[in-house]
Amino acid sequence: MTPEAPLDEIDRRIVLATQPGLPLEPQPYHAVARQVGIPAEEVMARMRRMLETGVIRRIGVVPNHYALGYKANGMTVWDVPDEKVDELGEQVGALEFVSHCYHRPRHLPDWPYNFFAMVHGHDRGEVEELVRRIAGLIGDADRGHEILYSTRILKKTGLRIGG
Amino acid sequence: MWKMCQRNLPVQSMRIEHQMDELDRAIVNFLQGGFPICDHPFAKVAAQLHSTEQEIISRVDQLLKRGILSRFGPMYHAERMGGSLSLAAMKIPDSDFERVAGILNAIPEVAHNYARDHALSMWFVLATETPREHAAALEKIEQETGYPVYDMPKIREYFVGLRFAV
Repeated sequence: MTPEAPLDEIDRRIVLATQPGLPLEPQPYHAVARQVGIPAEEVMARMRRMLETGVIRRIGVVPNHYALGYKANGMTVWDVPDEKVDELGEQVGALEFVSHCYHRPRHLPDWPYNFFAMVHGHDRGEVEELVRRIAGLIGDADRGHEILYSTRILKKTGLRIGG
Repeated sequence: MWKMCQRNLPVQSMRIEHQMDELDRAIVNFLQGGFPICDHPFAKVAAQLHSTEQEIISRVDQLLKRGILSRFGPMYHAERMGGSLSLAAMKIPDSDFERVAGILNAIPEVAHNYARDHALSMWFVLATETPREHAAALEKIEQETGYPVYDMPKIREYFVGLRFAV
């Protein structure tokens, strides 16, 4: 996987055409091709390449987790030894209830946490149960953790590149 | 350049997951895993879910309209398209919370902003095209709000995605 996969002008037009979503018709890639003005085969080949290079994470549906009843959104933050964070990150990131998992910098002395895992549950009790499972996995490397629940969404926008 | 689009806030409906039938659930579960790239992708999905092309299209449309799905299409990786995303937090006292939230709302580089129950009470995502713009946005926020920003750009990403079985 290449870390940098710069987009050319045609890729960029495909991104612009598809970032609002794929058309809901039998041949969605053909519809994108008509919009971009290139053959459907080329749209599909370029999107396959963007999937391979990671420019596209995946193609599919994104459930609205609030609508599905997952109303407790806990950002769990952990202080783990730096030399163990990558190994633990792979393990915790593989848990099906973790939606985002990152190594981030500490801000000592008031912020000792270097490992973040977002956990979604129907309520706080469920989140706490899931956090116990993460703690079990991390074991002795857990030098302290907290759960920060979101209490209010102040701003939420979707990311778009401009045309 | 990057720009933001306002998105509808999550639907707070009661137990909407109970209003989904078996095919709705199968679509939500199956399509989180990957929509195919081919001439007739809905027909391919339909064959695997024992349904029809038109039925799958109509169900995805309805699930979007009912707010059970927030999106259908490719999920792009901001950094791999040349952008930069960073998480940052500030300690804002309750008495000053609304003023600071208003300042961040007006700054286009702030993509998401959440209140969280912690001394670090305001958590936001900054989306910029270059490290220089990132630094400039942080400085602007510190100046306009008067509070220091705890910048926490990711050092490494292990997983990003939602995997909800319904």
